[in-house]
Amino acid sequence: MSKLVVASVSPGTSVQDVGRFGAQRYGLVPSGAVDRLAMAAANALLGNPLLAATIELGPLNSVFTAKGGAVRVALTGALRPAEVAGSQVAINTTVTLADGESLNIGVARAGTFGYLAIEGGVRGEPMFGSLAVNARAGLGSPYPRPLQVGDELPVATASATPEKRIELPAPVEGPIRVVMGPQDDEFAEGKDVFLSSDWKISATSDRMGYRLEGPVIRHLHGHNIVSDGTVNGSIQVPGNGQPIVLMPDRGTSGGYPKIATVISADLGRFGQTQPGMPFRFKAITMAEAQAAYRAYAELLQSLPSRVHDSNILMLDIKALLQANVAGTAIDAIDDATWQFANAGN
Amino acid sequence: MAVALSPPRILPSGDAAITVEFSRTIDEDANRRVLALDKLVAAAALRAVTETVPTYRSLLVHYDPMQIDFDALGAKLTELALKPLPETKAARRWRIPVAYGGENGVDLEDVAKALDITPEEIVRRHVAGDYKVAMIGFTPGWSYLSGLPSEMQMSRRQNPRLLTPAGTISIGGIQTGVQCLAGPSGWHLLGRTAVRTYQLGRDPTFLLEPGDAVTFAAVDEHTFREQDRAAEAGELVAELIPS
Repeated sequence: MSKLVVASVSPGTSVQDVGRFGAQRYGLVPSGAVDRLAMAAANALLGNPLLAATIELGPLNSVFTAKGGAVRVALTGALRPAEVAGSQVAINTTVTLADGESLNIGVARAGTFGYLAIEGGVRGEPMFGSLAVNARAGLGSPYPRPLQVGDELPVATASATPEKRIELPAPVEGPIRVVMGPQDDEFAEGKDVFLSSDWKISATSDRMGYRLEGPVIRHLHGHNIVSDGTVNGSIQVPGNGQPIVLMPDRGTSGGYPKIATVISADLGRFGQTQPGMPFRFKAITMAEAQAAYRAYAELLQSLPSRVHDSNILMLDIKALLQANVAGTAIDAIDDATWQFANAGN
Repeated sequence: MAVALSPPRILPSGDAAITVEFSRTIDEDANRRVLALDKLVAAAALRAVTETVPTYRSLLVHYDPMQIDFDALGAKLTELALKPLPETKAARRWRIPVAYGGENGVDLEDVAKALDITPEEIVRRHVAGDYKVAMIGFTPGWSYLSGLPSEMQMSRRQNPRLLTPAGTISIGGIQTGVQCLAGPSGWHLLGRTAVRTYQLGRDPTFLLEPGDAVTFAAVDEHTFREQDRAAEAGELVAELIPS
């Protein structure tokens, strides 16, 4: 068996899967990946179960080294440079690290979280059916905490299959969609302020909650409610009128009114929004939200059919480089252009 | 007996959860209806329902929108919520030992001053209370108990503490609580218990259930330390009182 050794690691890097369910009634939150689609895409690239555990990478540099044998990995999520032995590795592809070789992952340029899946999956002891790290509850495997330098993840030795790439649809753009409630009646013109203003994510945000900065949202009857249950994407408005969007490590209950909830289909996209980037919310109907949910679930299920051998793309890049247009695409952020831009570096 | 029940409010919590709200305030009747609906939903074994979270005044129902939509599930939950409340079976009753005051309960003296009684009287009143687990939430095992004697009510601290010890027993508003893990709290700390309401590797992992009855018993520092060692080794320490 091989190992993947953590040689350097961005803050905010932890093992995450779809999360653990069934114990929210005891105060145990599910945790799980912020961007479930990106996590599933990384797994699809390697033929793993779609919602299996991957390494959720924080936005800064990380280095992982194969030890004791070859290790195949796939990198998805935030757009960032990555290289093995001096060769660029594109986002949304697999790469095999020979024994002793390192994958150097650079700073995220667009998006926040990356997902590094390992062929055969992360190995550990599931607790409540999940390997997801919840440091506060002492849960997660193989380590019940964020990854640290020197950690060694036992992994399968790479199989002898061709490298793969996955074609994802163009990222959805536009406002983050929400369903109003459950306590939107605690606000009057505060709702208009919420829906008509530009918001930014504060740098103090984490996997518990993203704090937003913008105009003050006023409550009708003060900011205390009797605590009730929360979900991923619940948007609380505390006393200072600055909303907090609850993320996978939220508390299972909370005592601030919740003006709205980010729809499931937009949670990953919201979670990838970088601090300081302005964005807006848009209220949609429940019927629209549930239609978006179904479309998102179908996209997730389609991921394995979007995986192809990667050599075809390499030829394309060569042709493009010969046409000498690679240098013009640096600012674009769709996946194809990103790979194209990397190849031109 | 046949009191007509008012329908709960069916509120959206995003596209994959419904809040069934019985009251906006802390209310014993509402909590009884929450816990009754929780049992009825479990008994109905609705395939689309993935998990439920009872709170003081509402039941949060997580569901799979691929299997049922908001309106259909909302109607089903309303129907269940309007069924007559089942006879309340005797709740499990726990006695939880607490070391009050000193380093274990740094706010005991201040609470006594604020209420203009002695610290001993605060302990006497807290121990005399008959409590119910109204909800468990926020962090694993954090148990919110209703039934605090009304003369013990105090508003929360102006400045919440960022770190309070594991096992803290505290009061806040008209509630008292058993906190399992170390964490932030704006409540007033009266004491500590060795009881772990959440402990990995122990069976059961979670000690208390919403609806359980709880009383407290004062123990001295020496007993607390002995119990803490026993609890660390996996003993429950809390005493199950036969009803």
